[in-house]
Amino acid sequence: MYQYDKYDQAMVDARVAEFRDQTERRLNGQLTEAQFRPLRLMNGLYLQLHAYMLRVAVPYGTLSARQLRMLAHIARKYDRDYGHFTTRQNIQYNWIKLSDAPDILADLASVEMHAIQTSGNCIRNISSDQYAGVAADEVADPRPLAELLRQWSSFHPEFVALPRKFKIAVIASAEDRAAMRLHDIGIELVNKDGVIGARVFVGGGMGRTPMIAPEVRDFVPFEEVVSYLEACLRVYNRYGRRDNKYKARIKILVHEMGVDEYRRQVEEEFLHLKTLGIDPPIAELERIATYFAPPPYKQGLSDEIDRRDPAFAQWVDQQVAPHKQPGYAIVNISLKPIGGIAGDASSAQMDLIADLAERYSFDELRVTHAQNIVLAHVKKADLPAVWKALAGAGLATANLDLITDIIACPGLDYCSLANARSIPVAQKIAERFADTGRQQDLGELKLKISGCINACGHHHAGHIGILGVDRKGVENYQLLLGGSGAEDVSLGQITGPGFDENGIVDAVEKATQVYLDNREGGERFLDTYRRIGMKPFKDVLYA
Amino acid sequence: MNILTGNDLASGDVIWWTGNGWSRHVGEAIDVGDKGDEIAQTEVAARRANEVYMIEAEVVDGTVRPAHIKDRIRALGPTVRLDLSLKPADPAAGNWVI
Amino acid sequence: MLDFFTTRHDQPASEAPAVTLEAFAGQSNAVAVRIEAGEDARELLPYLDRLQLIEVNFPAFTDGRGYSAARILREQGYDGELRATGAVLVDQIGHMVRCGFDSFGPDQPLDPIALKAALGRFPQRYQKAADAARPIWALRHGSKHG
Repeated sequence: MYQYDKYDQAMVDARVAEFRDQTERRLNGQLTEAQFRPLRLMNGLYLQLHAYMLRVAVPYGTLSARQLRMLAHIARKYDRDYGHFTTRQNIQYNWIKLSDAPDILADLASVEMHAIQTSGNCIRNISSDQYAGVAADEVADPRPLAELLRQWSSFHPEFVALPRKFKIAVIASAEDRAAMRLHDIGIELVNKDGVIGARVFVGGGMGRTPMIAPEVRDFVPFEEVVSYLEACLRVYNRYGRRDNKYKARIKILVHEMGVDEYRRQVEEEFLHLKTLGIDPPIAELERIATYFAPPPYKQGLSDEIDRRDPAFAQWVDQQVAPHKQPGYAIVNISLKPIGGIAGDASSAQMDLIADLAERYSFDELRVTHAQNIVLAHVKKADLPAVWKALAGAGLATANLDLITDIIACPGLDYCSLANARSIPVAQKIAERFADTGRQQDLGELKLKISGCINACGHHHAGHIGILGVDRKGVENYQLLLGGSGAEDVSLGQITGPGFDENGIVDAVEKATQVYLDNREGGERFLDTYRRIGMKPFKDVLYA
Repeated sequence: MNILTGNDLASGDVIWWTGNGWSRHVGEAIDVGDKGDEIAQTEVAARRANEVYMIEAEVVDGTVRPAHIKDRIRALGPTVRLDLSLKPADPAAGNWVI
Repeated sequence: MLDFFTTRHDQPASEAPAVTLEAFAGQSNAVAVRIEAGEDARELLPYLDRLQLIEVNFPAFTDGRGYSAARILREQGYDGELRATGAVLVDQIGHMVRCGFDSFGPDQPLDPIALKAALGRFPQRYQKAADAARPIWALRHGSKHG
């Protein structure tokens, strides 16, 4: 994975010093909270429901063992011994003190990490495919471009005060494992006549007005990606709405202007920008790409797996994905134990995963936008040892993409923006469906829960989505069906009136029963819904 | 009644105005009537509190209970991690929130 | 405390009165103009040669439109004084310099010590912008770039 050179290190070190200075000026009163707030947000520090919350960047979801150990250390030393992995592949700590924040950033900088621009009205962490570099269907590893863009977007002076937050995802396959079309800018690497470049989508997002990003350009060569994106951002910075926080994202601008007019303005800006020499030479992308070369795989390894232990076999079937190198496999580690908190990991679990990554996966791991972890290069021969270690730490739940592999935002238990608690609902649903046979019979069923309309739980993109609302001071839950964040992207539809906390669990169960009663062939829940429509579900839910 | 809440600037702890300083326990909050804005301004300017605002509360069974569930969760801690709340040893604490 | 600050050491700051963009259109002899956040800097492109001073106003420090306006003007070859006015705070000045501003007329005076620290904070820059700094990628790959 990428390693900082002296320039990268100097930048994060300077940022730490800058934030230390800004924090001191806040604590001694030279800065008011109104002045300090955008500065601390640009270092990922929120004032949340219970305390300050720090969101640490995990660029394109990739970490080394050393970095994960530092994240565990931070949890132990400065927080309450756990962290939360998010739907943007980052990690959050919920109990941070402002007075410790500069030291935490210094600790992060010592392992080439930071919290730069993980909040605020600026370009945020660039996310990517958790199978990058090992998926058979990718045209190239998307992470070198993601790293190039991370550097391009960091401290970008023109885009430091955008109308609103800005999220970019980069993938490199037709299969979309990163919800790319639901980002402000989504990039798909494509091969055009033997040349790899960027297909660019602009104006996706969830929240109050979910939208799927339309394609704005079918191909941008790597040599021009930076100036093209500057053009996209400049048009947004100049014309995005600043009068209404709920209409300030680029998706609203593209929608209101129309994609043709947006494209036209971007092209005009791009024609001018690409003459200014702001694009890095291709040598820079090539330099970065050398850090993402395939690891030294051992050749001639066996593809045999000893399946005699049924629990191990079940875990292999659900959690282990094929790898393009013979003898190797991709391991998915579930952070969704039944009754647990989606995406949370204790410092001990983080240390264990770090050890496994170092020992069995070339010292590298990934965070997925579904709040799980991936070890991307495990020898099949090592799978039993990995499984045993995971099982001992509560990390071997075999539920990838099943109904208990729930994406849930922190919700009202942690978040001051929330209207309802999401975690207890996720726990109750998981407990209702805990039986493995039942889960497997239901098959792929992506259930996503958000505690408010901001949709950090991606409920619009759930096969089953749940949105928590405040109904006269009482928590209430709306049910949505038919969303997808994959390449068959679609937005979920609300079934009708909401339910209380117990009612929503029953409603989910009823919806799954409608699926079981109506499915044909090998249809997933999502396929049956798309074929039969909302009515059969409504009839049962509101009978 | 109206009570004032905010966060300790350096630690981020949730705090409640007692009439005589700030407490981490909502049970010690007093009714500020219509003086909330005035107190808030003074306390924030002196940096004894940050992001201060007023919320509604009632006295129920002799203790102060914020009117809205969000504020009750803020007063206690996450209902799904009561071990991290202000009442880790009290199994009934979660019920107070709901 | 500084009521005004400039990085133009070779020339004095302009004291010409800046007219509004709308008024500028009707005044052939104005040499200073002021753009508001929502106005289009490109309307000045035909007049860059005769302008001594362009002020770009920041109504709030959260309104970043002025950064684009400044960069656009520099990209088009404007080399007169480019002044940020309004909600100009110490922590934004570094970004403003990078976008091409070379003088600052803040609403609230600036602390010179904090200002100096802010300006000297970052040794390098990741991107090429409107200032003269060579971006890191140019330093990595030799002098023919950037």
